Amino acid sequence: MSRKLLLDNLDKPGIQSITGYSDNGGYEALRKALQMKPEEIVSEVQKSGLRGRGGAGFPTGMKWSFIAKPEGVPRYLVCNADESEPGTFKDRYLMEHKPHILIEGMIISSFALGANTSYIYIRGEMMYVFHILQKAIDEAYAAGYLGKNILGSGFNLDLHVHCGAGAYICGEETALIESLEGKRGNPRIKPPFPAVKGLWGCPTVVNNVETIAAVVPIIKITGEEYAKIGIGKSTGTKLISASGHINKPGVYEIELGVPVEEFIYSDAYCGGIKNGKQLKAVVAGGSSVPVLPAHLILKTAAGEPRLMTYESLADGGFATGTMLGSGGFIVMDEDTSVVKNLWTFAHFYNHESCGQCSPCREGTGWMYRILNKILNGKGEMKDIDLLWNIQGNIEGKTICPLGDAAAWPVASSIRHFRSEFEAYINNHGMKDVKHYYRLNNLQEA
Amino acid sequence: MPKVTIDGHTIEVPEGTTILEAARKIGGDIVPPTMCYYSKLKTSGGYCRTCLVKVSKGSEKDPRPMPKPVASCRQTVMDGMEVQNITSPEILDARAGVVEFLLINHPLDCPVCDQAGECNLQDLSYEHGHEVSRLDFRKRTFPMIDIGDKIKLHMNRCIMCYRCVKVAEQLCPERVHGVLNRGWDSEISTYIEQAVDNEWSGNMIDVCPVGALTDKTFRFKSRVWFTKPVDAHRDCPTCSGKVVLWYQGEEVLRVTGRKDQWGEVDEFICNECRFDKKKTSDWVIEGPRHIDRHSVISQNHYEELKKTEAGFITSEKLGEKAHN
Repeated sequence: MSRKLLLDNLDKPGIQSITGYSDNGGYEALRKALQMKPEEIVSEVQKSGLRGRGGAGFPTGMKWSFIAKPEGVPRYLVCNADESEPGTFKDRYLMEHKPHILIEGMIISSFALGANTSYIYIRGEMMYVFHILQKAIDEAYAAGYLGKNILGSGFNLDLHVHCGAGAYICGEETALIESLEGKRGNPRIKPPFPAVKGLWGCPTVVNNVETIAAVVPIIKITGEEYAKIGIGKSTGTKLISASGHINKPGVYEIELGVPVEEFIYSDAYCGGIKNGKQLKAVVAGGSSVPVLPAHLILKTAAGEPRLMTYESLADGGFATGTMLGSGGFIVMDEDTSVVKNLWTFAHFYNHESCGQCSPCREGTGWMYRILNKILNGKGEMKDIDLLWNIQGNIEGKTICPLGDAAAWPVASSIRHFRSEFEAYINNHGMKDVKHYYRLNNLQEA
Repeated sequence: MPKVTIDGHTIEVPEGTTILEAARKIGGDIVPPTMCYYSKLKTSGGYCRTCLVKVSKGSEKDPRPMPKPVASCRQTVMDGMEVQNITSPEILDARAGVVEFLLINHPLDCPVCDQAGECNLQDLSYEHGHEVSRLDFRKRTFPMIDIGDKIKLHMNRCIMCYRCVKVAEQLCPERVHGVLNRGWDSEISTYIEQAVDNEWSGNMIDVCPVGALTDKTFRFKSRVWFTKPVDAHRDCPTCSGKVVLWYQGEEVLRVTGRKDQWGEVDEFICNECRFDKKKTSDWVIEGPRHIDRHSVISQNHYEELKKTEAGFITSEKLGEKAHN
């Protein structure tokens, strides 16, 4: 079993409240951090090798060091809790069970960045978590961890939790900032980057919930200790939200570097495929990353065992690899239809595109309609090539990564499961399952 | 001053210039086409993606190429930057893809559209588009609405360039005009179809690259190429009063701002000049207006252009195109 840095003490009574959290070592890291200089905290995070847990995997310490520090201009830290990626539910779990680790992380990070006002932007659908966080913030104010002169250090911080209105696009950092400013949540065109011009035009850092929470153990055990966990540039622990056809779906904290095979089949984690079936495919990091068939997710194209790290999962590029992404691990068994799964994703991206730039606005809707047509038994062979062509015209040509996120699942599904698309088209789609069985001389299950 | 090379042409431009503006200074057919960028409107650009270019060398300091195509209307130049536009096959492909995206939901009702003949989307699809549509679904449709008594919004034709939104923001601050819904279903609208009168609102018609916003005093009066443009001015207390009068016979059918070679007006004009002054006696006539090479308004009487040193598209080439 892996070492637990974020999800430790979950079984302790009252861990959700400030007393339960403090009794189990909570807010010790904050006391330690307030004795340090802000630059020391940044360098500690740099030493830890912590990478953004929201999906892109950008080194957090480096991101922090980019923040502009003009005189007399406030800086902001914004926590991105707009977790809406299909298959990812790690942040919600963490905030539900240990809200104070996020609050503590926010205070330490704000201190390191010199931010006196910070925000947690939470997804609109998670209203109950909003209330949990608000209660935790109230408790922290009462205990003197927030407000003026925190623990006598002279550092002031106001922490607000803001509830979004339920748009996936607001998880993109600049759209999140727009939304937080009270505008329509459209991504901004970069440059300028938020580190220079973010919230209200001031330097801003936007970090994922898990990234900010991970700052707490880094301060506790030092950056060097933290960097010893994991393999290579993938350091520390990562929350993986496992779902799909597995015996034990849920949120797992793993040390980066666990083999994928062990993660799927070991009883410590997913516990194998449900009902003794075979593994067909895995979406390793949330709906946006490429889907991989069983043989490529367990082993790389070169035959090496694949590990749960940023590098190993990306091995082989998009031809044979995928991404760790936000850690939304979706497992599909042999009876799952990749085409139907893709339709679900395409439906999602069609619904969530903000409509600002042409390739994404038109392309997501177009791909969704073509998949609709295929599933309804009206597909033609040329539609597969058309889908391939459309995703290529979207990828890399949009303002924000939503276009890429919509294109990659389509590309990978066609790349690895083209025959399945052809079968749908030849056998008149989903509606005519009986016809399919008759054509293939199969017994209906 | 930073030096930038676009398709082999090097130019020195002031700090903070965008790739697009640098290309426009060079001129010719290396200038990326634009649908949403409008130099007179702040924060415009970046949405349509037709002006994508490839940055094959970031700068002298950091020569790495940029990983993705960039919107040339928003990306500023760096010293030593090298840009590929028409010399990059990927960019031409990407642009054709973008044009296709812009067209899949466009009704292609040019024969009944007032914009035909001076429509940026027509020009763009003629130069960069595919010949056939690959969309076999119903196009999205919206009801037509009136934005005030002088402007018609034909949302079906809209390509969501956000230019009119910027006009509303920057020229008509009291006007509640923006985007409703999102993604495939997003649409331009005023708040509950409410129109707020503003003396600059008519500029939305001029900035609209397609026929989505049309002048109700001109709708269905004439095809633009049957009208004769004439430069004129008047002493206007609100705007500069420098306009183009579009004549049919002795009658002024419409009044617009003066558009430059990039299709952008030189100066915004007020609604009084645009909608209410339609008599020759209201104006001081300056003379016939020069019509740009791509326009059908001159009805095939293309003017002889001088061959540029770099050998860009010349009138001879255009003549060939027209005859073939």
